[in-house]
Amino acid sequence: MAGTERGGAPEDQAGSVAVAGEPEAGEQEAAQIALASAPDVLAGSLGEYTRVWLRRVRNGESGALPVIIGLLIIGAYFQARSSAFLSAGNIANLMGQAGWIITIAMAQVFVLLLGEIDLSVGFNSGVGATITIWMVSVAHPFPTWLAILAGIAVCTVIAGIEGAIVAFLKVPSFVVTLAGLLTLSGVLLWLYEQTGSVGLGGVIQNHNGFINGIVSDNLSTNLSWIVLIVVVVLAAVFMIGRDRRRRANNLVAPPLSVTILKLAVMAAIGVALVLVLNANRGTLFTQLRGVPWVVPVVLVLLVLTTVLLGRTKFGRYVYAIGGNAEAARRAGINLNRIRVMAFALCGLMAGVTGILYASLLGSISNNIQGGQYVLYSVAGAVIGGVSLFGGRGRMLGAVLGGFVVAVIYNGVILLGLGAAGQYIWTGGVLLAAVLLDAVARRGSSGATN
Amino acid sequence: MVTDNSADGTRTAPADRVPSGAGEASEVPLLRLRGVGKSFGPVQALTGIDLDIPAGQVTALVGDNGAGKSTLIKTIAGIWPPSSGELIWNGERIHIHSPRDATNLGIAAVYQDLALADNLDIVQNMLLGHELQRFGLLDEVKMELTAKQTLQDLRVTTVRSVRQPVGSLSGGQRQAVAVAKAVMQDAKLVIMDEPTAALGVSQTELVLSLIAQLASTGHAVLLISHNLNDVFQVADRIAVLYLGRLVAVGPAAEFDRQSAVDLMTTGTSTRLHDGNGSEAAASGNVSSGSEG
Repeated sequence: MAGTERGGAPEDQAGSVAVAGEPEAGEQEAAQIALASAPDVLAGSLGEYTRVWLRRVRNGESGALPVIIGLLIIGAYFQARSSAFLSAGNIANLMGQAGWIITIAMAQVFVLLLGEIDLSVGFNSGVGATITIWMVSVAHPFPTWLAILAGIAVCTVIAGIEGAIVAFLKVPSFVVTLAGLLTLSGVLLWLYEQTGSVGLGGVIQNHNGFINGIVSDNLSTNLSWIVLIVVVVLAAVFMIGRDRRRRANNLVAPPLSVTILKLAVMAAIGVALVLVLNANRGTLFTQLRGVPWVVPVVLVLLVLTTVLLGRTKFGRYVYAIGGNAEAARRAGINLNRIRVMAFALCGLMAGVTGILYASLLGSISNNIQGGQYVLYSVAGAVIGGVSLFGGRGRMLGAVLGGFVVAVIYNGVILLGLGAAGQYIWTGGVLLAAVLLDAVARRGSSGATN
Repeated sequence: MVTDNSADGTRTAPADRVPSGAGEASEVPLLRLRGVGKSFGPVQALTGIDLDIPAGQVTALVGDNGAGKSTLIKTIAGIWPPSSGELIWNGERIHIHSPRDATNLGIAAVYQDLALADNLDIVQNMLLGHELQRFGLLDEVKMELTAKQTLQDLRVTTVRSVRQPVGSLSGGQRQAVAVAKAVMQDAKLVIMDEPTAALGVSQTELVLSLIAQLASTGHAVLLISHNLNDVFQVADRIAVLYLGRLVAVGPAAEFDRQSAVDLMTTGTSTRLHDGNGSEAAASGNVSSGSEG
């Protein structure tokens, strides 16, 4: 991790040395730039694009590649140990389990990018879920949409308050949200004391079909295909349209072949997933087919948050504050406003997490392992390449990282290793992800000095 | 009162000094300091500074450590107000209460820390806080074009891609990005604090040519530097601070290295290398004796 955020400094030195007088400065500088920039904006042809990309991979700057390779290795291992791992039934299961782990990792990204952390995110989602499920479980239930909105709103406000304390009173977020973790775990217990007969024994059973259906209901097989086609077509229109506009303005854009390759890979993964999930995974007497609703839900959240972080002023300022808060301040950015908003968004995603969690379990209880789940959230984000020190990382990374955590969770249960194996595996993968990153970066800085 | 009758000078009295660069004499200087003083409690950091900063020229502010260079540029940049005296911007008296006031006027200070976010690319840094939007989303294409144009205007050509993170740039390139950022936000006066302090030879060249380019595009540049090589290479005018007083100011041609060093270290120079040297010394003596 030490390398993740300090990466700039040695590169900087190497760059200035190279320019200062060595004859091969051009080549070294090119390597530096390739190392630092996405190939999308440097290469005009497929060959050039591949060269830039390979150089980045060699230097450990390979974006989502390590986490995808890690995913394949872990998946292959589990499949070798248990042939049920890649069965349609288990893949559908995995999607349901992954939903909330991915969203809790996404929640953490907003604050990690600022260089902050939210330790209360687990219990926060528990409190929100409890409010939502309680509202649909009382004798005269509230409308489902209102219950969901209320749960998410409570989480958003709680995290927003924590953010305000961090921003305005300049208290480290670690401490503020640690207090939040303790307080909210108490609030959670207290809530069940207040619910009376509904939450008897510290458990509220959820009978709301809509909420349970997010994980347990599936798109019809036809709808699954239609959604996939729409997603791929929209992605193609967006990517090709963006590149065309760049070329029309004489800016470098990735070659069409690369764009088509990316779309093809995306489509292939989608087709494989839909094929598996559209196969009948029911019992002898019941048909069970289609993609669980949680998959498109997470995809929509991924698109929305990626646009928010990558294409809006708010997102740009989040990265700027994480990179250099003083620079952001001098640029006239209202740091406190952005910080509070980022924490609130973390809370919003925590609220979503709570609903997906309750949907998976079909109930919600005061026994939520909020302290454990916050570690999943940080682990997922960091495995996905989000820096703990702010300013670096993408939402897609957190989704992939969260998925890795979910795969381990799923696979270890499948192998019957229990909680012990699950924790050890998750810890090992987290350490491996960080070590890989650190070693690759050391290798790259050594090569260019 | 000394009358400077050198070829390109029309100076008559220190209270009414005008830039003596050829062709600039008749114009009102962009920024004019009149008797500016600054005290911190009992400590008088600046006393009676009279200084003209004309557009299209590089004014170098030199002086030993503690001479008051930083205090002076922070006064101009709005970090704190002057204790006495006045600032005249384009012929109008102004009061700068905050860095924001200074920025709004068109005064940009590029401090040594540069204030760049290493994780953002050049375009993102240059437009930070001034992003362009299209349909409510960031317009990356337009921002990239704008940034490229600004860098082109400043003849910054060593940067291979404007989409590389600032963290991957060399020291001189970072300096260039910081200056381009200031220019992009309509700066008319660019204050540069020790821009070459941490740079190697070729990087220094890059920054010096950038400074020259800034001036030739009509910007006023106030350059703070310890390095007299740099100063003599790019400065049109030199102002020497000594213990909070301006002891000499004039066209760079009137100074030579030795007289500048003497002025910086002792506040006076009696060296008579040649005609120019003596004039610089004379004007220095006059300045230090002026009423402020």
